[in-house]
Amino acid sequence: MADTFQLEIATPEQLLVDEQVASAELPGKDGYFGVLAGHAPLLSALGAGVLSFEGGSGGRQVLAVDGGFVEVFENHVRVLADSAEYARQINGDAARRELEEANQKLKTAHETEESEAALRQAERAQARLDALARA
Amino acid sequence: MQQITKAMKMVSAAKLRRAQEHALGSRPYANMMTRVLANVARAAAALDDVPDLPLLEVREEKNIQLILVSSDTGLAGAFNSNLFRMTQKFVEEHAGASLEIEAIGRKGRDHFRRRGYKLSGEHVGIVDKPKYENAREIADKMIERYRKREVDAVYLAVNEFKTTMSSSLVLRKVLPVELPEEKKEEQQIDYIYEQSPEGLLRVLLPRYVELAIYRAMLESISAYHAARMTAMDSASKNAGEVIQDLTLNLNRVRQANITREIIEIVSGAAALA
Repeated sequence: MADTFQLEIATPEQLLVDEQVASAELPGKDGYFGVLAGHAPLLSALGAGVLSFEGGSGGRQVLAVDGGFVEVFENHVRVLADSAEYARQINGDAARRELEEANQKLKTAHETEESEAALRQAERAQARLDALARA
Repeated sequence: MQQITKAMKMVSAAKLRRAQEHALGSRPYANMMTRVLANVARAAAALDDVPDLPLLEVREEKNIQLILVSSDTGLAGAFNSNLFRMTQKFVEEHAGASLEIEAIGRKGRDHFRRRGYKLSGEHVGIVDKPKYENAREIADKMIERYRKREVDAVYLAVNEFKTTMSSSLVLRKVLPVELPEEKKEEQQIDYIYEQSPEGLLRVLLPRYVELAIYRAMLESISAYHAARMTAMDSASKNAGEVIQDLTLNLNRVRQANITREIIEIVSGAAALA
């Protein structure tokens, strides 16, 4: 069996990654999970978090992703993310400010919808900071 | 004159290329989405109690919502007028239902507002560079209205890009979501589901609607620039013909003047002699 698999990461706007890699770690909605070559077919929703993979042409890569899905099928891992960006493209200060802002909103939110939106924003900002830390 | 139309054609050609790159960029996502959705839908349908999802619920179409994707500017031949004619026909066919238009693009908004149609919303200034956020906003609004039963069906009217020379008019239903049928030869994949198929569908379906609107905006802007290129090309040709006529005319007039002056000089000289 081949010891690599094809990883594709797409957002609605562009195809971000399309290459052979050895391993990947994905932020599933119910927790992180790892994928190696020959993984059984799987479908999962993604949460906001850090996606990393190794063994591609660029070595170890770290991305912040937010929501979406992953499909594992026939040695293909296809990630459909609502948004995704490489750690090296992330502005740490902007992410920190956003986290701050989201936390403020969380304190003052009255309705469930408001606090849910604030929580989502906080998770997104946190994911970007985590990606920076782990790059 | 000719230079202006030629320049406009060049600009449209450049914009068309960019729009097509965007459309190409979103294709992998769209393909994957359709396949995954078909699979999950089948898995969900195989469950003992089929989940009751509001976005799949088919109701009698008493209140119809139409999303009309036109352009902000004209100068593109029959791009908008063909679209409006199709929309008009759709409205006549659904005369029994009340209809509201969500207008994306200035031309469509102006056209249907002038004719007294009810607009549920308008989006001007976003079609030139379609952003996913815009599509998501519109999709959220449509889903919200559908859930609240303010509307019973949502349709999308758009010019889809085929080639530089042609586009096709498309009118399709967005809500309730009609699940994509998978080709027969493809077998059901036995996935491990991290979440329940029903839970996945709940997240997938709104995405599917967002994507449909985003793709429509991309298709429309590509088709628009293609139509504009063709329109500007024939405008350049027309201008060329007009210029040729004018030059011929000018030469004739000038020659007539010269002849007259020569006659005057000659007859003047003759009189003196």
